[in-house]
Amino acid sequence: MLRYTLLRVLGAIPTLLLVIALAFLMVHAAPGGPFDDERALPADVAANIERAYHLDEALPKQFVRYLSGLVRGDLGPSYRYRDYTVSELIGTSFPLSMRLGALAMALAITVGVGAGTFAALKQGSYLDRWVMAFSMTGISIPVFVFAPVLVLLFAVKLQWLPAGWTGTAGASRLVLPVITLALPQIAYIARLTRASMIDVLGRDFIRTARAQGLSTLTVVRLHAFKPAMLPVLSYMGPAIAAILTGSVVVEEIFGIPGLGQFFVRGALNRDYTLVLGIVVFYATLIIFLNLIVDVLYGAIDPRVRHR
Amino acid sequence: MKSNRPFLLLVVMFAVVACSCSGDAPDSGIVLQRGLPSDPESLDQHKARSTQAADVLRDIGEGLVAYSATGELVPAAAERWEAADDGLTYTFHLRPEARWSNGEPVTAPQFVFGMRRLVAPETAAFYANLLDAVVNAPEIVSGKQPPESLGVEAQDELTLVVRLARATPYILRLFSHPSTFPLHPASVAEHGDSFARPGNLLSNGAFVLDAWVPGSIIALRRNEHYWNNEKTALDGVNHHVVVQGAAELNRYRAGELHITSTVPPDNFAEVEAQFGSELRIAPYLGIYYYGFNLTKPPFKDNPAVRQALSMAIDRDTLAKKVVGRGEVPAYSWVPPGVNNYEPTVFSFASLTQEERNKVARRLYKEAGYSEEKPLRFELRYNTSDRHTKIAVAIQSMWSEVLGAEATLINEEFQVLLANMRDAEVTQVFRSSWIGDYDDAHTFLSVLRAGSASNMPRYANDDFESLMQRAAERADLDRRKLYLEEAERVMLADHPVIPLYFFVSKHLVRPEVRGWGDNVLDYHYSQHLSLSAAD
Repeated sequence: MLRYTLLRVLGAIPTLLLVIALAFLMVHAAPGGPFDDERALPADVAANIERAYHLDEALPKQFVRYLSGLVRGDLGPSYRYRDYTVSELIGTSFPLSMRLGALAMALAITVGVGAGTFAALKQGSYLDRWVMAFSMTGISIPVFVFAPVLVLLFAVKLQWLPAGWTGTAGASRLVLPVITLALPQIAYIARLTRASMIDVLGRDFIRTARAQGLSTLTVVRLHAFKPAMLPVLSYMGPAIAAILTGSVVVEEIFGIPGLGQFFVRGALNRDYTLVLGIVVFYATLIIFLNLIVDVLYGAIDPRVRHR
Repeated sequence: MKSNRPFLLLVVMFAVVACSCSGDAPDSGIVLQRGLPSDPESLDQHKARSTQAADVLRDIGEGLVAYSATGELVPAAAERWEAADDGLTYTFHLRPEARWSNGEPVTAPQFVFGMRRLVAPETAAFYANLLDAVVNAPEIVSGKQPPESLGVEAQDELTLVVRLARATPYILRLFSHPSTFPLHPASVAEHGDSFARPGNLLSNGAFVLDAWVPGSIIALRRNEHYWNNEKTALDGVNHHVVVQGAAELNRYRAGELHITSTVPPDNFAEVEAQFGSELRIAPYLGIYYYGFNLTKPPFKDNPAVRQALSMAIDRDTLAKKVVGRGEVPAYSWVPPGVNNYEPTVFSFASLTQEERNKVARRLYKEAGYSEEKPLRFELRYNTSDRHTKIAVAIQSMWSEVLGAEATLINEEFQVLLANMRDAEVTQVFRSSWIGDYDDAHTFLSVLRAGSASNMPRYANDDFESLMQRAAERADLDRRKLYLEEAERVMLADHPVIPLYFFVSKHLVRPEVRGWGDNVLDYHYSQHLSLSAAD
């Protein structure tokens, strides 16, 4: 297991380098630069600015400069948020995105698995159909449609929850964003769980457990749950990716200063260092998370462990 | 039981994560909540660039002069000033009671320090050319002279002398711009690049920077040492960064904001009906226009067809029906309401639209185009619903009136900018210009041959010589005449199609007092107050 993990980690480094190089090329290939504007800068002023930010150097030299900074842990200054370094921006925004994402994931798993299991146990009944209809809606309606509707209903009309992130303290401002982020995942996980649970419940060993006199709930808890969770666990990888990308829209709508927002702003502003820094960060994160998922898989499924 | 453990762990994690969120500290005193469309690039006044950065900087700092709530120039850090007869020397007498937020006095050498830093090449300031009229400023920016040679000097602690290379009647207005604010040398020396961070930044204005969470909020609180502090009604101002206009509107409706930075175009009629007098619309120093690429066919050396395209557009319908937020149709280049100026209008401004269409058709035919041989060209604009709506409307006007075929190409903003700059593929493009200061020069100078913002690449000798003569005139009346004539010459050439003048739009709660509509859209927080009926 240890050898397996180590090999995976070592193999990730060339992947990371490739990602950085590609991102660097793409970001510089996009037309326009960080300091373009309708109010164009006079030639002298523009020259001074390019010199100060090393944009007048040849591209390979800029890349080497960036890499040497990276090795020292320096992601560079942001070209757009000029009082802050990229590390600082990531440092303040990522915990927020992570908290949002973790809560949304937890909510999605809890409600999704619960609803899916419930629907599987009540298979064919009206309740089952309602759960599935709801999940279909959650998958079909895009985030940027129902999020403003939620804001309109709960924040503007009923005034139960705040409409924005700033200006109110406490957990209430988390409610709407987390629910918005979690809803599509609840839908997916519910459907996945239901299908998987139905499949597992039809297996022979479940029938044996039933025949031994165990109640339905005990059967589910002790015997059916773990195998039924395997597809859900496999979905965790794409789910996390979906939460990461979905968070951009949610952060935009609720004005949450998370990492997704900075990523989009960075791309639109041609803030090279910010975009590259976030790419490096996300890439490292995803590689790390995939590793964790693999390890978890081994922990849950003994067959993988002892292969 | 054993298999309960993972579930329990999940619940505990959930609880920990949910409750670990710390809220913002509660605001004390009377605090104004304002919307801001994006973060300032920096609160270092020389690294800042956008109008929203300037809005925040005007709350934190103070220049020699400032604007009143109704848009008049008033003394600020300087209590009075004199100009020499030739208009080349200005002497400012600073207010002896002006103080920084650490209690130290605001002095003339600090203004000198600030302005030298503005023009120094290492600073790479975006508005380095703002003071181009000052002696040696352009030479310093291009690196030919050291910053110490700048034509500003402190005669003593409270007297600042500015020497100009040429008479510039609007120079006073430039000293309200944040890049000319003073800097505290010891603070910059001590903190280096982080002198503008919360906790470090010294303020000589009405408010001090308390906190800044990028992408979220800029919190200001009262500067007790400000010389006019007793007139400041607010204890704090929170600038909330809200990028989406629709989200900002929701927050205003939910009672979280007192002032919005804009009003989204989509449900404008509803907003108007719902909010009535809370909706504040005022003329703004900005123009929305289409430019021609004058370096390439078909628009190079073809003023007749340019004029035809310009005349065939029904600007009144465009402004009222298509854009429809109180914008003013533009028949000139310089917006109305500019100081000491009467905008020249197109010769066809007094005709009805049918008459304009007739003339346009005639010009179109004379230029050699017809139904069999229509004019085909590309119209480029940056991606946005509003720009698309306008482009589609104008495309159909051109098609109906003239039979000209415009292909619409929408591009991402940066791509469009790059294309406009290169002037290789563009034919007609959408652009806009916001004035830097309240004088016709800020609009007309855009179309001068040397200007980097001269997107159409307009070059006309008469226009240049008129602008040059206006620049040399200290006599305000003669200058006005030269500028107006320059505008007339330029308009007759049709390098651009002015479409409409911007308006500033804000939602302002009734309990906000002191809000003044002005053409610069400056709303200093120190003029505002919240009445107790909250």
